[in-house]
Amino acid sequence: MTTEQSMPLEEDAAQWTAKVRTAAARALPPEKLLPDRQPAYLSSAIYVFGALTLAALVIVIGTGCILALEGPTWWHVSSVGLFINSLHLWSVEAMFFFMVIHLWGKFFMAAWRGNRQLTWITGAVTFATSVAAAFTGYVSQTNFDSQWISTQAKDGLNATGIGAFFNVLNFGQMLMWHIVLLPLVVGLLTGLHLLMVRRRGIVPPFALDADGKVARTAEEAR
Amino acid sequence: MTKTRRFNPDRDVSPWSGPLRPYDLLKEVTVAFIVVAVLVVGLAVVFGSPDDKAVTIKSWSTQDAVDFATTAITELDGTSATATYGPPYNNTPDAAQKIGPISLQQLAGVRQPVNTAQDFVLGPLASIAPQNAALSSALATFNAADEATKAKWEASYEKAVAKAEFANGHLVVPPGAYGPVAVMISSLTAMAQSGALDTSMVDQAHFYGTNYTKSLLFVADGTHLETLATNQHLGGDQWGMMNETGNYPGQAWLWLYTMWYQVWPFNGPWGANADALVWALMMGLTLALILVPFIPGLRSVPRWTRVYRIIWREHYRSEGH
Repeated sequence: MTTEQSMPLEEDAAQWTAKVRTAAARALPPEKLLPDRQPAYLSSAIYVFGALTLAALVIVIGTGCILALEGPTWWHVSSVGLFINSLHLWSVEAMFFFMVIHLWGKFFMAAWRGNRQLTWITGAVTFATSVAAAFTGYVSQTNFDSQWISTQAKDGLNATGIGAFFNVLNFGQMLMWHIVLLPLVVGLLTGLHLLMVRRRGIVPPFALDADGKVARTAEEAR
Repeated sequence: MTKTRRFNPDRDVSPWSGPLRPYDLLKEVTVAFIVVAVLVVGLAVVFGSPDDKAVTIKSWSTQDAVDFATTAITELDGTSATATYGPPYNNTPDAAQKIGPISLQQLAGVRQPVNTAQDFVLGPLASIAPQNAALSSALATFNAADEATKAKWEASYEKAVAKAEFANGHLVVPPGAYGPVAVMISSLTAMAQSGALDTSMVDQAHFYGTNYTKSLLFVADGTHLETLATNQHLGGDQWGMMNETGNYPGQAWLWLYTMWYQVWPFNGPWGANADALVWALMMGLTLALILVPFIPGLRSVPRWTRVYRIIWREHYRSEGH
């Protein structure tokens, strides 16, 4: 359902801008984008982990921005910097903890059903990209840990040819990936994932037949 | 006539026609943020974060001069791990790993060339030779010698340096026919201990250098870094990369990647190509994770395992199941 205000005048309907707005309003009308009611089956604690992951991501980005303000070696020489780094570390740990539970929860719900494949794919790719983002953070610490991790990790990357272009021993390159490229991708994918969730809604439970078995036909599933 | 697709419970759903209930999404996200913020602040206050100082070439050569000298001679004679690594550092024959008959490592080529003898030993020594007559003479002798003579000196020194000692501020190697090599390695060790042989020298950086490839390779060729790492349970056979210095959780999400290195056949007959094979396997598994919705059998696992009965237990109870 689209609101009347979002529909362009007839003479403007051919505009690119008008077309995009109309399509966006059709795909995600306000009541779908920010709903105040949800299906009754949405009552398990597992549903909270998506929101927890998002909350942790916000803290990861916020603390990362503060570290970026002062530069990559600030946290070695400042107690405030060390504390911000600790917040950054633990928010990353929390984000992965919540994200993995969210992912497994969605797997066991078969949350891709009902034309929600893209929701699943954007989530899985965000997870993989987050692993790369965290890894580049570990090798950008400018301490013993980053020396050891980078000199160990180079072998896997070099063995696949990736290391020739993505050099984990090049601090400058890794820092740029960590604070610009990968957060950008994670941010965009997260946004797309959230829009897909809102567009398709939360997957309903498996429909059961009279015997309590998963319905195998559309008629049984109704 | 259009063909109707057969209903598949692992792919399709019937639109929900049951009741709706109030659900304040923004309130949930806000509460989640507060809970996570409190949790993170608590963990940061109680546990902080580890920050073990980086190993420098100065600290390495000072704390373990013999290991430094042993490594330096292998860089000079071309037998170190880096010198024999293959792409992307050099063209050592048959060094590149393979996945079956294909070597992606070889295909990518040498994109970060490293000449260990020149970059780690001869270049830095040449920079200080004008201030050191003995070293200047040793370098001239070395450079004028033929390859066979150089190899003979280097082999003798490499054998002897294992028995070397560091005493009274000097590297003491048992006497032998090392030609100028003893003076060269001794000078390089002294240079390293003074701090003159550090990242900017080894990496040949401009004023604003940020690429530490060469100095990291040099440090990693020694046993000093590995010993420190093993003491911190970070070795390759200790689930290395996913761990963190101290008692911190590290990159626990890399458990599956790290696990393959600990098990047969990756730690046995496939060991020579383990990195390439583990990566290939992990890329395949990651692709499978992304494409679960389209993989018959795999997408049925949720239905078979019946975990959904726990997740939606209230819903099913309300429906009388």
